[in-house]
Amino acid sequence: MKTLLTVCLLSLGLLSKAQTAGYQIGDVAADFSLKNINGKTVSLADMKAAKGYIVIFTCNTCPYAMAYEDRIIALNKKYSALGYPVVAINPNDPIAQPADTYEKMQEKAKSKGFNFPYLMDPDHVITKRFGASRTPHVFVLQKTDKGNVVQYIGAIDSDTEGTSANKVNYVESAIDAIAAGRKPAVTTTKAIGCTIKWKKQGV
Amino acid sequence: MRSARITKALGLIVLVFFVLFTGNVKAQTVKLLSISQLEDRINNGGDTVYVVNFWATWCAPCIAELPYFEKLQSVYKAQPLKVLLVSLDFKSKLSKVVIPFVRNKKLNNEVYLLNEPNAQEYIDRVSKDWSGAIPATLVYNKKKNVRKFYEKEFTYAELETTYQSSK
Repeated sequence: MKTLLTVCLLSLGLLSKAQTAGYQIGDVAADFSLKNINGKTVSLADMKAAKGYIVIFTCNTCPYAMAYEDRIIALNKKYSALGYPVVAINPNDPIAQPADTYEKMQEKAKSKGFNFPYLMDPDHVITKRFGASRTPHVFVLQKTDKGNVVQYIGAIDSDTEGTSANKVNYVESAIDAIAAGRKPAVTTTKAIGCTIKWKKQGV
Repeated sequence: MRSARITKALGLIVLVFFVLFTGNVKAQTVKLLSISQLEDRINNGGDTVYVVNFWATWCAPCIAELPYFEKLQSVYKAQPLKVLLVSLDFKSKLSKVVIPFVRNKKLNNEVYLLNEPNAQEYIDRVSKDWSGAIPATLVYNKKKNVRKFYEKEFTYAELETTYQSSK
């Protein structure tokens, strides 16, 4: 009985550790290889000209993710030309959220005209490695000699609905700072969005 | 004498209309509410315990627990308790989604839609412990100096216990 309790406590400890794990500012993000909606796999290293990356965990149906679709397209349009392309990853399990299947991702990308990779992350491997918990959840990476360094984590801007004239554009400010050789003034914000739809245990 | 009777009758009619009207309005409107207005409401309102639930029409676990908040208010309607349901739906969804939802579910609690442009600011003003995820619930009792925040889903039993321990 005592052993059982110890095992329970131990696994609880491991569980909470797993949930708090993820990249912090200054960490080097490992590259990944995930399947894009066009059937090809995408790695950060494939984008050789990139100076950095805007990695965004986002999905098809969350109202916040949908509200940000046009702003993500605009971000990629502006910053891929400057060397900071958007790489979108859908973290949701397609069984837990049937609107996030590979086919539905293809439909979404086509109907919205996504100009960036939109990748699947089966079993949430990369999602957990990054420590993403919401959609949308942004990680701005800067390519350096020691690897892709995490420079900003959080929200795209301060106004989820996108109607406020004086919103603060966190991601834009972060990249502008990095591109100018400075550290971003704001490095972390709360990622406002839907919780990730995790794969159900034992299914 | 006759005019007094007419006045009395008119008064009764007005009273009946008033009761019907406010009864209807209470069940069917959703007003915009800023955090300052919410703080004002829970600090200066006539009730002792305020249970403020943050939810949205697109949040399935939120919808699942709404009946518990409705039940709590109706079970303890004789006590100085007020349940406030604050929706985090976008403002643009107020008339087309939120109000029809509230009518359809026949919600009797006071329902508001949060009127705040900057999520980074309002989340911390509600609680430093809030990641921004919903459902989330604030339990407030100014007299007892109770301000508890829960980023979780409630069962009715848990909600009742939480209320009992806060009054």
